[in-house]
Amino acid sequence: MDSFTRHTGVGMPLRRSNVDTDQIIPAVYLKRVTRTGFEDGLFAAWRTDPSFVLNQPAYAQASVLVAGPDFGTGSSREHAVWALQNYGFKVVVAPRFGDIFRGNSAKAGLLAAQVDDKTVSALWDLMDAEPGTEISIDLVERTVSAGSGVDRVEDSFDIDDYTRWRLLEGLDDIAITLSHGADVDAFERTRPSYMPITTV
Amino acid sequence: MGRTLAEKVWDEHVVRSADGEPDLLYIDLHLVHEVTSPQAFDGLRLAGRPVRRPELTLATEDHNIPTTDLDKPIADLVSRTQVETLRRNCEEFGVNLYPMGDLDQGIVHVVGPQLGLTQPGMTVVCGDSHTSTHGAFGSVAFGIGTSEVEHVLATQTLQQKRPRTMAVNVVGDLPEGSTAKDLVLALITQETTGGGQGYVVEYRGDAIRALSMEARMTICNMSIEWGAKAGLIAPDQTTYDYLEGRPHAPEGADWDAAVAHWDSLVTDDDAVFDREIVLDASTLTPFVTWGTNPGQGAPLSANVPDPASFEDDNERVAAERALEYMGLTAGTPLRDIAVDTVFVGSCTNGRIEDLRVAASLIEGRHVAESTRMLVVPGSVRVRLQAEQEGLDVIFKEAGAEWRGAGCSMCLGMNPDQLTPGERSASTSNRNFEGRQGKGGRTHLVSPQVAVATGVLGHLASPADLPATANA
Ligand code: SF4
Repeated sequence: MDSFTRHTGVGMPLRRSNVDTDQIIPAVYLKRVTRTGFEDGLFAAWRTDPSFVLNQPAYAQASVLVAGPDFGTGSSREHAVWALQNYGFKVVVAPRFGDIFRGNSAKAGLLAAQVDDKTVSALWDLMDAEPGTEISIDLVERTVSAGSGVDRVEDSFDIDDYTRWRLLEGLDDIAITLSHGADVDAFERTRPSYMPITTV
Repeated sequence: MGRTLAEKVWDEHVVRSADGEPDLLYIDLHLVHEVTSPQAFDGLRLAGRPVRRPELTLATEDHNIPTTDLDKPIADLVSRTQVETLRRNCEEFGVNLYPMGDLDQGIVHVVGPQLGLTQPGMTVVCGDSHTSTHGAFGSVAFGIGTSEVEHVLATQTLQQKRPRTMAVNVVGDLPEGSTAKDLVLALITQETTGGGQGYVVEYRGDAIRALSMEARMTICNMSIEWGAKAGLIAPDQTTYDYLEGRPHAPEGADWDAAVAHWDSLVTDDDAVFDREIVLDASTLTPFVTWGTNPGQGAPLSANVPDPASFEDDNERVAAERALEYMGLTAGTPLRDIAVDTVFVGSCTNGRIEDLRVAASLIEGRHVAESTRMLVVPGSVRVRLQAEQEGLDVIFKEAGAEWRGAGCSMCLGMNPDQLTPGERSASTSNRNFEGRQGKGGRTHLVSPQVAVATGVLGHLASPADLPATANA
């Protein structure tokens, strides 16, 4: 997993609340056998509407999604996170996240930054006024910022210390466990000889 | 203070523990199948990681496997892709695979025990919730998600929070004519589908000790249906007798050393469970489900319940919804419910003992005119054993279909499915809406009730069957 310290990218406003994982990626897209390629199912139902924000040229390079409260509720599918990442999103900013989605994001390296309702509204207004506006996320300082002058939006976001540390270090669960490899080696040496192996 | 069986097994597998962190738990056996593994292997590939211990990993094909036309390619494209991907992944990562057509192919939870790979005191995981089956041997066995599958493949460990423990104390003896399936269905109805949440459950008592390994597996299999993380039963002579001589069981001095250790795997007298519950086995009669979750069950002698009789609001609403989906009217005697299809199989009741019981009951009888009956062995070896004993002939003469091995109609990922509105009596473990096919209606039953139902065409127990000429 790549480490995450700061990111600046085009923001995309998703003016909806309660975006559940079925809306992020419908079940029919889950039949794939890889961890890549899920971007084609991202928000599939909404994308058939040409006016949907993801279809606007201004947002073609978007990497920071700004959504309403309760983003990522519903089924536990990790594919929802993969779909966002495969599409190119690095950060989701929202006032509240579904618990499992937040956990899955942390595991996969997608930053879920929790901010106030007011901040989300301000970011939405900013992006609507000027589509293509970039948003900066600083995980070291825990801040999100965009715009300049009187329109500047700047706020701190919430993220738990453990998740922040993992993202900063670029550690997934497996990397963390592999860092304890010596413990695993030592444990394996104590396993009794009668324990079975699957090969013949 | 003493420790429970689950705590002993857990402690023996902790590689590392630190305050505020989950335990790092060593995994002795990792079972893999085609549905939940592809992204895990792909994740390894993306990160350039190998499988740490391929020789502690075993893969088989089960969920998607057709049970007819086994010599032809799998017709469904998604199923075929999943199966072919598993084959490629196992080849690339050096994992032992028993594919379709192999003697050791079958439902992953039937294959592990039958090979003697599942042994007391082990940690067993699989990307499948019914991994709890393996707890019947006194191991801590539980289902995991796909990213955990990847974690185990890469590290042979899992980060796990230590679970709480619960005892299910079964008092009294199971009466003649009642089975392990009836026991576990009654338990789930008593405790509801969430009653075991967060616990590793130990099934205890003389009624449990009296059960065969197959019957113990039936009970542990359904632990997940009342929310438990895992279910287990202390090993004893029954366990050892089942294991001894199986292909992967220890031999000679290793066997003696293993048994010496296994003998210590009991809950200490002064151990304290986080919770204890009691189930009276002596009053149990054949039990069936009437609703759309495994906790909506009743004795076969009862009537379809009136939703108004449930005090809890959620349960009342759930019952109303279930009756509507199931096409049932409150007050109807359960025995009057006509059944279109009978399914004998799955990791709950697809082992040789289940097929023997079913065959002995159906011998000299015939499946009802209006009913079809599918018998699907849990593994190729179960199928061959049954054929050697002539059970297939008995089933076929009785008008039942004799199939190849796999999950089949347990979840309808292969062509064996119910059609909308079709009603089944099924020896499997889940009666969720659409589980056996879109719009299908499932009643969970024991193999005995399944056969009696198949013969009479409505929910019935063996006691309802007229005597046969040879009985
Ligand atoms: S038989 Fe059913 S419950 Fe068992 S592993 Fe297969 S699909 Fe799952």
